[in-house]
Amino acid sequence: MSLFSKQNKEAFINPLNLDNPILVQVLGICSALAVTSQLKPAIVMGLAVTIITAFSNVIIASIRKTIPMRIRIIVQLVVVAALVTIVSQILKAVAYDVSVQLSVYVGLIITNCILMGRLEAFAMMNKPWPSFLDGVGNGLGYALILVIVGAFRELLGRGSLLGFQLIPQSVYDAGYMNNGMMTMPAMALILVGCVIWVHRAYFYKEK
Amino acid sequence: MSLRKYLDNIKPTFEKGGKLHAFRSVFDGLETFLYVPNTTSVSGTNIHDAIDSKRIMSFVVIALLPALLFGMYNIGYQNFAAAGKLAEASFWNMFMFGFLAVLPKLIVSYVVGLGIEFAWAQWKGEEIQEGYLVSGIIIPMIVPVSCPLWMLALACAFSVVFVKEIFGGTGMNIFNVAVAARMFLFFSYSSAMTGDRVWVATNSIFGLGNTLPDTFTAATPLGQLATGSMPDTSLADMIIGFIPGSIGETSVIAIAIGAVILLWTGIASWKTMGSVFAGGIVMAVLFHALGMTPIQWYEHIVLGGFCFGAVFMATDPVTSARTETGKYYYGFFIGALAVIVRVMNPGFPEGMMLAIFFGNMIAPLIDYCVVQCNISRRAKRVTNEK
Repeated sequence: MSLFSKQNKEAFINPLNLDNPILVQVLGICSALAVTSQLKPAIVMGLAVTIITAFSNVIIASIRKTIPMRIRIIVQLVVVAALVTIVSQILKAVAYDVSVQLSVYVGLIITNCILMGRLEAFAMMNKPWPSFLDGVGNGLGYALILVIVGAFRELLGRGSLLGFQLIPQSVYDAGYMNNGMMTMPAMALILVGCVIWVHRAYFYKEK
Repeated sequence: MSLRKYLDNIKPTFEKGGKLHAFRSVFDGLETFLYVPNTTSVSGTNIHDAIDSKRIMSFVVIALLPALLFGMYNIGYQNFAAAGKLAEASFWNMFMFGFLAVLPKLIVSYVVGLGIEFAWAQWKGEEIQEGYLVSGIIIPMIVPVSCPLWMLALACAFSVVFVKEIFGGTGMNIFNVAVAARMFLFFSYSSAMTGDRVWVATNSIFGLGNTLPDTFTAATPLGQLATGSMPDTSLADMIIGFIPGSIGETSVIAIAIGAVILLWTGIASWKTMGSVFAGGIVMAVLFHALGMTPIQWYEHIVLGGFCFGAVFMATDPVTSARTETGKYYYGFFIGALAVIVRVMNPGFPEGMMLAIFFGNMIAPLIDYCVVQCNISRRAKRVTNEK
């Protein structure tokens, strides 16, 4: 099988759009609501999940034939936990402030349903390379929605993007105010709902 | 009947293929608003009341008018009182000032809300359900007078789209649209919705009224209570309504007139309304006896949005409990919760909005329990007889 066969491409492309973990499968919602109040933690979280999904997929896929079926979940958990610990330590070392903002949600990647879902549904029955593509695709599909929601929430809730003030002071002087509800998870749920709405209306066709 | 004839004359332009087909929903809405449609269902047996939802809503709007008119007068009164010029101001001076302060809010609320509803109906090819007639007048009445118009527009748009239309339109919403609009404003722009700077109009309009200094503050009685001081208004002022507060909520007397209209026409349920008051009174008496609130139970009832919420918002037939027994529980829950929030949460001087929202949320559960109780009771009766 060639490196970028049609199947492999689909494993990578589908999770970005038609099989998006958040928009279509509605998985991983809790972390998506919790970390998106600003853009920067949303990006970091998206990348962390992408890396962990990709490499845990590769590792599980390469040892899939030696894993006894009855204890596969615990084996998967050990692999994911190891990767999460590595990522979390790296984050603390190089981006301490973001890791403080993300707080428990980096550690909670272990229980992220997208991860476990991909390991169970894809990595356990596919070769490492397609599994890697699938992991990257799903991670990026998750990250994409996090970035969209995070951008809206930071722009409307704080008037900034990535910490840079985008809405000028003159607008505030004219009576504009930041929307406090945007910084609450409740509004994140509504925003995710809106993204799903747009996605359903323009991209996703019911089979 | 010239209006009827005129409507019949211009009707074809709005039919399919007509010139103004794009505005069919607008025409339809207006026509059914002005005249009760005489179309009947073609299948099955249906019992049809003489009064339809548009007529019900007109009655609610009429019932709201006393509170709205008094609210306008009170805005002027508060402004002149704050400037210390109460003696020189005539009644019309104060009323006109309040009228000019409220009118833009009413217009914005109706234009935005009805605009979205009309557009939505046109887009979906449905009939217009003028559920917004009532919400559109309630929303401006439950915000502070200094609420900026763009915020109001945003809140109306948000609540019409996310609280009503996505649930299926009028009659399908689980939350009261007006409460949701206020919730949105409260949590989004809390500095413009609470505090002691928002309740009195501080700018003169077209030369009417007085411009107050920037440092002017006036807290609502409940706001004073939340900061630990006693309200300094007399009970008579609280009942008549000469206190700072949201536009339509201050006067108990004006609301009582509305309540009489609603109860007399049978639009609002006396069970819901009465049990809201019962719940509030029981809770307030209890808290006062425990020493947790310094004011008497009757002050809890007449202050803030308690009366307004009990009469006009808790009784909303769409979002309240539908079973007759359930209405008692639903109302009692709202009244009790409103006072609990006021007394026990220092972050919220007023709890009626949250109480109604939670009441809306558990109303289907109450109905379910009441229906299930009824079923099991009847089932027992059957088995006992055997």
